[in-house]
Amino acid sequence: MNHLATSELQEVRTRRSARALAVLALGPLTMLAGVVWAFVQPWRVTLLHPHGEGFWWLVVEPPLLVVAVGIFFSVLAYGIVRDLEESEG
Amino acid sequence: MQPPSEHVHWLFATGVLLLALLLLAEAIVGSEVWRRRKWRAYLWPSILFGLGVFMWPVMVLFTNSTIHMLAHSSWAQMMMLAGAAELGLVSGKLKNELWKLCLPAMLAVSGAAFLIHEANPWFYARSAFVHHICGWLLLIGALFPLGAAFKPRSLVYNAGYALVIVGVAVALYTSRDVAPVFGHLSPSAGVAHR
Repeated sequence: MNHLATSELQEVRTRRSARALAVLALGPLTMLAGVVWAFVQPWRVTLLHPHGEGFWWLVVEPPLLVVAVGIFFSVLAYGIVRDLEESEG
Repeated sequence: MQPPSEHVHWLFATGVLLLALLLLAEAIVGSEVWRRRKWRAYLWPSILFGLGVFMWPVMVLFTNSTIHMLAHSSWAQMMMLAGAAELGLVSGKLKNELWKLCLPAMLAVSGAAFLIHEANPWFYARSAFVHHICGWLLLIGALFPLGAAFKPRSLVYNAGYALVIVGVAVALYTSRDVAPVFGHLSPSAGVAHR
């Protein structure tokens, strides 16, 4: 009976840590998507060759925006996981 | 100084992507954990409200047709309403959980706006395809927040809603002013550029 209870507890803990890992992975995965995009379509990163580009092409560089979202979310993710682990005890 | 249409789509895609990640994280950890920090509870409803506010300049600047203006303005209003309703619920100023129905209504109106203001068929050009795909994603995806309004703890409904928003962000990032889609580009669309 005790063995059953312990294995159930371990299963719950494993599931909970999977949730934490999932949240922590979202930011890096988003950043990776932006980096891959930058390699596939380098002409979208106009900072690499800024001559002759207009204002909006220099300001709005989609792969960099995706990376920025990933970085911003990663900063938030640590706090979210901390609260998750505190709630799990 | 007016941005090209594709840049506007990319800027909105960035806001929508951030919104999607926050929704996905809330779906994973659950509302109780998410709302442990009061400021965090306000985060995604504020972004949704802000996206609605930023839709107004789009309505004012991109006046290709009356239907464009109507679509963008109804869209702006619904995003602001849905964001405000969620802010009201989070702050406790709104008590009735039926306010959560503003979210599926917003998605349905947004989807309809995408479809109505796109006059061209699916394979006319990339932008037409993006508008059709976003429209149907949002219209069908409205079922997820509708389900979540009645079953707020459902992982399927909450994660499904977040993934629909991820899909919209990806679609918006693929938007181009004039570009082919799967090799199709109508001659009347113009000359393709980067």
